[in-house]
This record gives sequence, C-alpha cells and structure tokens, in this order.
Amino acid sequence: MLRRLLHALAASLLLTLASLPARADMTIEIVGGGANRHVIALPAFAAEAGVNGGITPIVRNDLQRSGAFNVLAPGVVANAPSSPGEIDYPAWRGAGAMSVAVGRVSVSGGQLSVEFNLMDAAQKKRLTGGVVTVPVSDSRAAAHRIADMIYQAITGERGVFSTQIAYVLRTGRSYQLQVADADGAGAQTLLRSGEPIISPAWSPDGSKLAYVSFETKKPVVYVHALATGARYAVAAFKGSNSAPAWSADGSRLAVVLTRDGGSQIYSVPVAGGEATRLSQSAGIDTEPDYSPDGSRILFTSDRAGGPQIYSMSAGGGGASRVTFEGNYNVSPNFAPDGKSFTFIRREGGRYRVMVHDFTTGQANALTDTSRDESPSFAPNGKMILFATEQGGRGVLYTVTRDGLTKTRLATTGGDVQEPAWGPFPR
Amino acid sequence: MKAIQLVLGLTLAATLAACSSTGGANGANGANGTNGANGQLDPSASGYGRNGVGVGGDGSGSGDPLRDPKSILSKRSVYFDFDSSAVKGEYKPVVEAHAGYLKKNPQRKAQIQGNTDAQGSREYNLALGQRRAESVKSMMRVLGVPENQLEAVSYGKEKLRATGSSDADNAENRRADVAYDGE
Repeated sequence: MLRRLLHALAASLLLTLASLPARADMTIEIVGGGANRHVIALPAFAAEAGVNGGITPIVRNDLQRSGAFNVLAPGVVANAPSSPGEIDYPAWRGAGAMSVAVGRVSVSGGQLSVEFNLMDAAQKKRLTGGVVTVPVSDSRAAAHRIADMIYQAITGERGVFSTQIAYVLRTGRSYQLQVADADGAGAQTLLRSGEPIISPAWSPDGSKLAYVSFETKKPVVYVHALATGARYAVAAFKGSNSAPAWSADGSRLAVVLTRDGGSQIYSVPVAGGEATRLSQSAGIDTEPDYSPDGSRILFTSDRAGGPQIYSMSAGGGGASRVTFEGNYNVSPNFAPDGKSFTFIRREGGRYRVMVHDFTTGQANALTDTSRDESPSFAPNGKMILFATEQGGRGVLYTVTRDGLTKTRLATTGGDVQEPAWGPFPR
Repeated sequence: MKAIQLVLGLTLAATLAACSSTGGANGANGANGTNGANGQLDPSASGYGRNGVGVGGDGSGSGDPLRDPKSILSKRSVYFDFDSSAVKGEYKPVVEAHAGYLKKNPQRKAQIQGNTDAQGSREYNLALGQRRAESVKSMMRVLGVPENQLEAVSYGKEKLRATGSSDADNAENRRADVAYDGE
C-alpha cells in the first residue's frame, strides 16, 4: 500500500517536472578555497518529498553558493535522521561533517511547517533551530529562511537567502521588469513594455523600484511601488533622464539629466519636483551610487578622457578620481559597509566584475567571463550579482566576494539583464 | 530607423507606390525588421496618419518632403566614427536640410535620437549616444533652428538597428536619427 502510494507520488512528480517550461538550472562552480568552508551534513528532511522542489535541495543550493559552506552529498552516510536523537554522530564526523542539520516537514490546513535543528557534530550541541511555518505555496520561502538561520549560526553574519533581486527580462521585442527570490526562482513581473527598460534601483526599504523606461520614446525615470503597482514619472525633463540612485534615507533620487546639454548628475525629491545639479563637468557624468552612510556619491565620468570612477560629496561639488588603472572603468556600486565598491573594468576587450578596496586602493577581478555588466552587492556584502552573456543571451551570476564561488542563477528563457540586488527585508 | 518606419508608412498608405523601390536606398536597414516591430507595439505609431496629410509650406508641392525618397529630407541618419560625436562632412547636407525644413516649418518639432554600438555599460552608452544627439542638435541651433523645436535624446545601445557584432554592424549602430513629432 505504502509502496503503491510512493509510486503514485513519484509518477505525479515526474509529470510535474515534464510540464515545467524549459529553464536553465542553477549551476554552482567552486574555483577554490575549500579549506575555509564549513562542512555541513544536510540529510533529506522527513516527508519533504511531498513538497514541490523539496526543502533541503533549496537549502543546499543557498549554502553552497554562499561560498561559506561545503554541503556533504546526501547519501554519503547511511544514516537518515530527522531529529537530533537519531543522528549517528561518529559516522557524520567520519565523513567530515562539522555540523548536521535535521528536520521534518508537516502539512496541515494549507500551512507547511518545517521543524529543524542544527547540531554541532563534535559537541552534539544545538546551534540553532525552530519551526518555520509558511503557506504551502511558499515552501521555498521556508527553505530560504532555514538557510538564513544556518548561515547566521555558523558565520555570525546575516544571510541573504530571503532577499529579492530585480532585473529586466527581454524576450524578442518585449521587456519585463521582474522581481525574483535571490536564487532567481519565483519571478514576478512588475512591468511589461514594448520599449526598453533599464537601470532598476531598489529603495532602501525595499518597497519601491526606480528605473528607466523608454515607453514615451525617450528615457524617463519612474518610481514603482511593489505592493500596489502604482507608478509615476519622477524625472521627465527635456532630453534624456536616466541612472536613478536612491539616497540613503530614501527621500531623494540622484538622476542623470541632459537638460543643460551634457549628461550630468542631479538630485530630485522622490515625489518629483525641482532638480538640483550635483556634478559639474564638461564631460559625461553618470551612474551615481550613494554610499551607505549617505555622505558620498560614486559615479562614472569621462572628464579626463576615457570613463573612470570618481567620488563627490552627496551635496555635489568637487570630485576626486578613484580609479587610475585601466582606461575603461564603469558602473560603481558601494559595498554595504562602504569600505569597497564593485565596478566593471574593460581590459583586453573583456568586461569583468572588479572590487576596489578603499583601504588598500587596490582593485581585483572576481570573474573570468568577458561581457559582465551591472554588478551589485548583496546586502550582507558577501556576494555580488551581475549579468553576463552566455550563448548569445544575458544570464545572471552571483560571485562570492573572494571570487572563489560562482553561480549561474536559474532563469527562464530570454535575455536577462540589468540585475540589482535588493535590501534585507524589513 | 525612422526611415524604415517611413518606408513602411509609405507602403501602407500606398500614396507613392512607384517610389517604394527607391525606398531601398535605406534598404540595408529595412531588412532588419526590428524597428518596424517596435512601431507596431507603440500606440503612437498611429501618428503616421497625421503625417500622411502632409504639412506643406516648403514649396515642394508633391506631398510630404519628409517622406519623398527623392528629397534629402527622407535621409534621417547621421553616422559617427568609433568613440566620436563629431558630425562628419558628408552628413552636413542632411543636417542642413533638416535645419532648413524646421526653420520653414516652425510648428514642427524634431527629436534627435542618439545611438551607440553594443559594447560596454548601458548607462555610459546612453550618455555617449546623448553626446551624438547633442552634436547634431548644436549644429541645427547654429544654423538658426529655435531651441523649442529640438530635443536631443539617447537610446544608447537599447535599440540596436544592427544586432551583429561585426565592424559593419557597430558602424551602423553609431548613429543619430532625426525623428519628427508624431513619428
């Protein structure tokens, strides 16, 4: 009887898989650094087979792509515990595990509950755990929350697995502004247009996106509330309006306007209104990004020839040059601690993600791809999200701050571009 | 790209059927259906009809000179060298013709749309395309076209006419187009 039930379940799972649209799966590539990873055992949670996509496969991907964990393969030890009392500690320690996460899933009245415990493999002590309850349709959210709890217990840092990303999906002549989970799953479309959409930027509280839409046959900056879908043009001056960046307190947007001729950086109130000029040059000033403390703005300027990254006070005025190596440095984005920034450098015809450290003044390449664009830091500063090209189409990648773990996010077909990593949920 | 839309408009209106083959002067671009498709998606594409009545006033007499393939005004694109926003000598007659048309037709407004090739940052390219559009606009201002008839905007690398990555494709994309209101 039980066997027949399992067969039926397996068959229905296969059918579900077959009916899914073609999508590229997540691929995680580990370049090195294994010695620094925390080795965790994550045996399948009891009854998770009944959950579409399961729980531990999602937790596993989250932890693995963070670069801080090495998750043991599921069948490496012949022990299938679902509670701390069932853990064969010597066996898991023998396989190299430093900790073991165990759990069980139950469904009742449309709610899915996951009870889990993370145990230290040596001291058999509980490191974290609890019961996570979500609507059944949100099972992925439960997995991300568990991954966040494990990540925090082991590294002491807040995890980013429950955060969201925004990006533009281009399919032929159609553009969609989408928001998805940080692993690329659960995409939702905020805006569909027959004209380009670029440069999405999250408000500091994560409730709104600013972006550039060409729907009126020219670039105009819009603000769009995620919850209600309400949107309005915040900068639609004569000429082009682009490159929105939120001030740290969310009250103003830095934008690039051309109403006085060249592309220069201005500040506008978030409700719209009068623009105050911030940058002053005869060249191009664009791609502003506020420092997390709100005091400074990094931007791209070609005032000295090729595009380089400059820094100025958030109130405008004089700017100092930050990048000197290379003749094409663009798209700066501050790390959440303000001590470094990521950007794109062109070198030998390749465009790659870099990180510039303010303390050392040095910049390092994090990727080995060649058409990288639009890098943005995770809100905990441990990973960077960017777009690159594969097989002639745009795909999204994350790379860890040390460059050692790269992950191609699972996204549906089409050209994916202009990613922006959202803030921590409030 | 406006030239393509014009060719489409002509074909649809069938007002100058005999000229549709000469429209092939822009034919290399016409093969790329990109911009026609955009036009169809955009509600403002109905503006063809408005233009179709012709604005007259410049003495050409035979319909809208902006759409007459025999008129220099049907040429709408100014091409640029790599990393340059200088209007080359060979395109000055085109810019001068449109400046002259705008001065004779003060009710018309022109949008100069700058474009770049596909290489590099989207926002930086938007600014580079803007510089090309401003360059054409400045020349028209010097030729006496009032500010209120002109707007320079950029599409950067967002509306590539040539989608390949050859030198010829890149050259085709380093361009500013003159588009009249309603087009």
